[in-house]
Amino acid sequence: MKHLLSIDDLTVDDVTQLFATAAEMHDVQHRSVKKLPALRGRTVINLFFEDSTRTRSSFEIAGKWLSADVINISAKGSSASKGESLRDTVLTVTAMGVDGLVVRHAASGAAQQISEWVDVAVVNAGDGTHEHPTQALLDAYTLSRRLGSLEDRHVVIVGDLTHSRVFRSNVKLLHKLGARVTVVAPPTLMPSGVGAWSAQAGFTTSWDLDEVLPSADAVMMLRVQRERMQGGFFPTPREYTIGYGLTRDRLAQLKPDTPICHPGPMNRGLEIAPEAADAAASMVLDQVSSGVAIRMAVLYHLLAGEENA
Amino acid sequence: MPPSPDGDRGRAVLDAQDIHRALTRISHEILERNRGAEDLLLLGLPTRGVPLARRIAERIGEVEGHVPEIGALDVTLYRDDLRQHPTRGPQRTEIPGGAVDGKTVVLVDDVLYSGRTIRAALDALADHGRPDAVRLAVLVDRGHRELPIRADHVGKNLPSARTERVMVRLEETDGYDEVRIADTVAPATEERP
Repeated sequence: MKHLLSIDDLTVDDVTQLFATAAEMHDVQHRSVKKLPALRGRTVINLFFEDSTRTRSSFEIAGKWLSADVINISAKGSSASKGESLRDTVLTVTAMGVDGLVVRHAASGAAQQISEWVDVAVVNAGDGTHEHPTQALLDAYTLSRRLGSLEDRHVVIVGDLTHSRVFRSNVKLLHKLGARVTVVAPPTLMPSGVGAWSAQAGFTTSWDLDEVLPSADAVMMLRVQRERMQGGFFPTPREYTIGYGLTRDRLAQLKPDTPICHPGPMNRGLEIAPEAADAAASMVLDQVSSGVAIRMAVLYHLLAGEENA
Repeated sequence: MPPSPDGDRGRAVLDAQDIHRALTRISHEILERNRGAEDLLLLGLPTRGVPLARRIAERIGEVEGHVPEIGALDVTLYRDDLRQHPTRGPQRTEIPGGAVDGKTVVLVDDVLYSGRTIRAALDALADHGRPDAVRLAVLVDRGHRELPIRADHVGKNLPSARTERVMVRLEETDGYDEVRIADTVAPATEERP
């Protein structure tokens, strides 16, 4: 594994190995000395062309706990805002002698493109509406810690699927791990062409949340990405909540203790009611702490071993 | 005896009885040195140090009526040769109670060779706290140290050539107890110094 650009890069064995490593990394969070020397002397750059708090700081903490030097570059205030091309920015940054790039970009395929330009390990931390593989890994890892094997578990993913890279990475990974996935969205937020893809990728689609919720073993609520919507996807936020929000009433339809995930940041009261976000079965904070462990595992497997391994 | 991937290559240097006796002696030595089993923590180094630590703890329990705490300390992330090999996932680390402060830690491993594993273990241990003392017990010391490290308790001193392989097989991990020494045909894989 040289890069992590897409869930397609991973075999089931790779995922199992990453989860096992993450479980060990997880323990570091509870130690008084939160430091492992495995990436000492390695440099990782977080190259973020889109806003992000949790993903960027999660990668930063992951790198630092493994003793790598981590530098954050965000598009605002960088030369990208002065008109430098993506290629020049990336080549400039890698010419400083880095070992890994963690990239977030608004264009789908940006991480893939960058990996072809440079010789260092590239981790896709979200590219447009394409993929966000570490988010899918941490979601599946969180759920497998809670549920055990995901084989034949019914996972329901709800929300703005059209704009969601998290959904795309998640259906691929959950299918790889044997889960049954149903994705639910209003017709306007269901990606076009999803029918053919769902048949091939082994998930089902639905417009009716109330119909699928009672059989769910886990629910994953996605954020309504208002910044990516140029109008017209649903009449009012209120109407979205009535049709597709995880409201207090819907919470009661779930089997007891069904884990509730949300990749954050949450729009409380829009796609998820406070009662659901703060429920005992809510995994939201577990996802955050798992995120650090998974990213440590990913950085470790990409950067610790011999070069060109 | 179940067939092993190494077949009958080389010669057996310790059989099950020898291993049993060596561990019994080590258990008594540890007790004598520590004046009892109080505040004793046996940390096995995965893979085969872990069952060895468990056996020593049981032996100590039989003698003293008090089984010392046992755990596992994985050193993968602390190795100095990470860059020379494809990445290996870490194995389980388990420190009972999460702390080593105030304890006498006995590190337990199967083979002592270059000493680099123990160097890594000492670093790993320091990140878990500050033990009162750290000692080292090994089933086999085959020499060829590359660092100023020695064992406090040794099951068997086994003079060996660098080209030879020492293979420890244990009931818990391999189905039978035996230590063999053999000429290396291909570079040893599982037993990196």
